[in-house]
Amino acid sequence: MNKIFALAGVVIKELYRRKDFYVLFVLTALLTLGAGAASFFHDDKIIRYVKDICLLLIWVSSIVIAIVTTARQIPAEREARTIFPLLAKPVSRGQVIVGKFLGCWLASGIALVVFYFFFAIITGSREHVWPFGIYFQAMWMQWFMLAIVTAMVLLGSIFFAAPSSTNTICFIVVLGLLGLGGHLGKIALQQAQPVQNILTFLYFFIPHLEWYDLRDFVVYDQPLIACSAIAQATVYAAVWTAIFLFLAWLGFRRKGLNT
Amino acid sequence: MKISPLLTVIALVSLAFTLATGLAPRAEKWSQLGKSDNLFGMMFGDARKLFANHFFTMADVYFHSGYYPSVFDQNAPQQKEIISASRGQKETEEDEKKEDFMGKPRDWIDGFGRHFKITAHTHLENGNEREMLPWLRLAADLDPQSIATYTVGAFFLQEHLGRTQEAEAFLREGLRNNPGNHELLFELGRIYEEALHDQDRARNVWELGVKKVLELKPKTDEEIRDQKQAFDKLVVHLAHLEEGEGHYPESIAWLKAAQKVSPAPEELQKQIDALLKKVSAPQK
Repeated sequence: MNKIFALAGVVIKELYRRKDFYVLFVLTALLTLGAGAASFFHDDKIIRYVKDICLLLIWVSSIVIAIVTTARQIPAEREARTIFPLLAKPVSRGQVIVGKFLGCWLASGIALVVFYFFFAIITGSREHVWPFGIYFQAMWMQWFMLAIVTAMVLLGSIFFAAPSSTNTICFIVVLGLLGLGGHLGKIALQQAQPVQNILTFLYFFIPHLEWYDLRDFVVYDQPLIACSAIAQATVYAAVWTAIFLFLAWLGFRRKGLNT
Repeated sequence: MKISPLLTVIALVSLAFTLATGLAPRAEKWSQLGKSDNLFGMMFGDARKLFANHFFTMADVYFHSGYYPSVFDQNAPQQKEIISASRGQKETEEDEKKEDFMGKPRDWIDGFGRHFKITAHTHLENGNEREMLPWLRLAADLDPQSIATYTVGAFFLQEHLGRTQEAEAFLREGLRNNPGNHELLFELGRIYEEALHDQDRARNVWELGVKKVLELKPKTDEEIRDQKQAFDKLVVHLAHLEEGEGHYPESIAWLKAAQKVSPAPEELQKQIDALLKKVSAPQK
């Protein structure tokens, strides 16, 4: 376990050494503050659109951080040939996969904490209420959605030729899952065979990332979600993460490491 | 040849200044291009109407606190509820049922996913209606010819938030962008009569509205129906205003005009008869 944490620690250090997070955080902060500074009909109590914009930016930024950070991990090690001294140590390929995953996932989690802290400060200063319960649920669910995404990107980085192609394909897949995943069942019903069966199969087969999007609950001041539902969604995310990591390990186990 | 960096900077600053003096008058003209009289029209062309429609829909989504059908749902509303609410239409039980776009869960994924979706049909209230205003403001900026944006915005500003001045200013802005529009004139008259109790201005605005409705040249059956409805609405309000002021003959005249287009002329006749009694009754 120590080896996995050591590998994860390196990835986390990489997050704060690189500029990606800072650029995205500054952009999010500037756009949110800019939106918050706008005045509509001289009413300074209007806040929901600011929450909406800020949460959208947090979602976009966290997905970008998770995908871009994860996609380069193994290709960068191979290109720099640091994978050889790494594997020469008593570290298995499975531990490398899990260590890289854990590092990227924890790095995304740290970024999320910073983003949500900023979000809570901005909205709290305007609304003078601090619904930390729903903020925590939203952040928790988003973090577990990022676990699935991180594992999926890690799997992609084993099979695709370059980080750029992994990034592009994963962005399209994640956006597709978030935007269409929950509607595939409805779309399938309106199609003729065999498209109907294919879409229905996809609907049941894909990971449902849209469940983890609790932005509406935060924006529209909704009550807390039942903890049992959150727990079940967490288990669902853990299962999908394990599936992707297992597939990544299967691919990486016999992969030639020469570039 | 070696060029001094200082000279290069001075030359570039001079060039930028010269370009700015040349481009500033052109940029001024850009904002005056087209009907919209704003920069959005120049930047997006007619595509701005798509964005405006999206922002107007966002206002409706906010009005429902996120409980809103997606493009994939079967029974998307025919008319946005903020429009019907602004016209004083109350929701019936049947409407509520129609708006239950989710129905029963189709499968376990749909069922479980509902834990993470807003499933209660509610409307903004207690001053929270203000949250829709940014989207209406943006919709009006992007499509200044969309009348519904002004009427809906003014309705919520005045009726729900008690912001009469802002409501009037928003409608006036709409009138500047759509001169003589009878719907905007009607709403403006309502604000003068109901909120500001300025009967004279309300009368002037509504009379102008009647004139503008009569100037319309409807071609289709739907346009003819709309014209009749607009005329009916304006003259009935004028009749009630005159009645409230004690000008019974004028009120009767407006009600008689309304009878020609009203779907319920008998009801108007009863009002006319009541007014005739008041006119014929001896003054105390």
